[in-house]
Amino acid sequence: MKRFLTIALACLLLMGSALPISAAEPDSSVTLNVYNWGEYIDPTVNDLFTEETGIKVNYKNFTDNESMYAVLDSGAAIYDVIVPSDYMIGKLINEGKLAKLDFTNIPNMSQINPSLLNPSYDPQNEYSVPYTWGTVGIFYNTKYVDEADLQLGWDLLWSEKYSGRIFTFDNPRDAFGIALLKCGFSLNTLDLNEWNTAYDALRAQKPVLHQYVMDQVYDKMINEEAWIAPYYAGDGIVMMDEEEGNPAIDFFVPTTGTNLFVDALCVPVDSPHKREAEEYINFLCRTDIALLNAEYIGYSTPQEEARAQLDPEIGENENFYPPESVLQKAEMYITLPETVGAHMDTLWMKLKLADPAWSVFTVLVGIAAVVCFSLYVVRRIRYYRKKR
Amino acid sequence: MIKSRGAAAPFAVWMALFTVIPLGIVIWFAFTDDAGNFTLSNLSSIIEYAGTFGISIALGAIATVICLVLAFPLAYTISRTQGRMQQTMVMIIMLPMWMNFLLRTYAWMSILENNGFINQLLRAVGLLEAGHSVELINTSGAVVLGMVYNFLPFMVLPLYSVMAKIDNSVIEAAQDLGSNVFQVFRKVILPLSVPGMLSGITMVFVPAVSTFVITKLLGGSKTLMIGDAIETMFIGQGANYHVGATLSLVLMVMILICMAVTGMVDKGEEDELA
Repeated sequence: MKRFLTIALACLLLMGSALPISAAEPDSSVTLNVYNWGEYIDPTVNDLFTEETGIKVNYKNFTDNESMYAVLDSGAAIYDVIVPSDYMIGKLINEGKLAKLDFTNIPNMSQINPSLLNPSYDPQNEYSVPYTWGTVGIFYNTKYVDEADLQLGWDLLWSEKYSGRIFTFDNPRDAFGIALLKCGFSLNTLDLNEWNTAYDALRAQKPVLHQYVMDQVYDKMINEEAWIAPYYAGDGIVMMDEEEGNPAIDFFVPTTGTNLFVDALCVPVDSPHKREAEEYINFLCRTDIALLNAEYIGYSTPQEEARAQLDPEIGENENFYPPESVLQKAEMYITLPETVGAHMDTLWMKLKLADPAWSVFTVLVGIAAVVCFSLYVVRRIRYYRKKR
Repeated sequence: MIKSRGAAAPFAVWMALFTVIPLGIVIWFAFTDDAGNFTLSNLSSIIEYAGTFGISIALGAIATVICLVLAFPLAYTISRTQGRMQQTMVMIIMLPMWMNFLLRTYAWMSILENNGFINQLLRAVGLLEAGHSVELINTSGAVVLGMVYNFLPFMVLPLYSVMAKIDNSVIEAAQDLGSNVFQVFRKVILPLSVPGMLSGITMVFVPAVSTFVITKLLGGSKTLMIGDAIETMFIGQGANYHVGATLSLVLMVMILICMAVTGMVDKGEEDELA
């Protein structure tokens, strides 16, 4: 299959070089397969794109980088545009799964905030175009949480005072990230001992937690099920919304350091419609479209002109567009080396697995099953003897 | 005879494609490493999950026992009613199953939450001070409750179908011979409903042990059950298909043992009757 694709791509390329003019123009008869996060685009944008270019968009959602990776890796579906996060882009580049973009087809790249270009995950900026970015901070309910306790920074998530009212991330990278920051280490540390220290911190946190949570955090924070939750800054708009959210919720970014994340547009290497995909990426970077998306999604936009046109309450809000001092201490995730990543996964599993004391129970059940079975065999033997 | 064999051919193809081959793939994954070489290291790494198996078995067993205790009198009552009434009652048992499993579990979530139905009710009645709440959600109890609620029909239906076949005259005969209510139950109804109990136990215990999502929604994702552990081994950053396949294989063997044990009891009954 791969081979066939390579040949097909080679043929396409050859045709392209033979007919340079027609190949340079996007083909309006194709359907682009776009794979993005849920709630991550203004609902009108895809229709606008089809209206302008004739190219249809088949739009699908994923819930996390890992499940997106699983779909790409299995070859179950071929996508033309995907929106992974920073560390996942690094991983995909390392595995040769992304195509190099032709930036002459993406002139709107010039509008992208230069401080987000040439990031650590794509140092030459050959494979990705930033789509949204933001930082991780703590959402808290002002009705229940004392303003003075915000001094604690990340330690607020370990505070006994709010025991049973604290959430944290239900994914290893973010949960460990916060634990590492709390302990004063780098998010991307390669020292396994520091990871172990972070693990101990997470273990200690378990009793004060209400639960590990991902998307459900919105409902649960709004309903005041819990009062404190670390999450991505851009989601605050939904949670803090006057009508749909809970206006008592506020947000702060601990000053000691945080995680800066970027979700960027990429084209998988096996995309059959790379030219049209680039057209789509360019469209998303256009000021009016970027503005639509920024207003809908609520995450920070890398498109400078769009930011300037945003409502100043958001565009100039330090929670969404943090000052240099916060950004300087913020770290982006890098792809962890295999050994460190595996260590983190093991620790995460250990955190979630049942108390080892339960294994005694397993052994007892096992013994009981063996005893039952042998009793049964003995009984059968007696029965057959009697019968004879 | 030949005709009936021919009729089974589509099923044979189906079985081969969607049961036998996938099972083969699971086994292959369980005994190989990333490079495709034979290894037993996956099997030995399962020891770490011993506790998880334990807690899954324990919660599954508790849920099964509760289901049995709840379902037995209910199934008996249904089996002793007549006609229309009986059909309606069976229908009511089946009714919740027409709704999506996730939806039902979400509903429990909003009942048990800190600001959920029960806590609000307790506050309204004055049993709880404002701002306080009983911790119901994110406990093992909530997980067991979720399992009982979702799997109860699987216990009631087999029990009911076996009990419906108990002839009233058998009960009357026991009464005529001087048995009191308790003796009728112990000597007649209980032994005659054993087959229903056994299939009910299997049908509740097996999905309860391997359940996932319930732990996430009602248990706060704090302690994984074996089903959740398998899920994270296939989706997620730490995905390891080999360990995941081994876990599934061990779970399968466990379920086979469980079915063998219930089968043994069944056989034992037959022997006694013979």
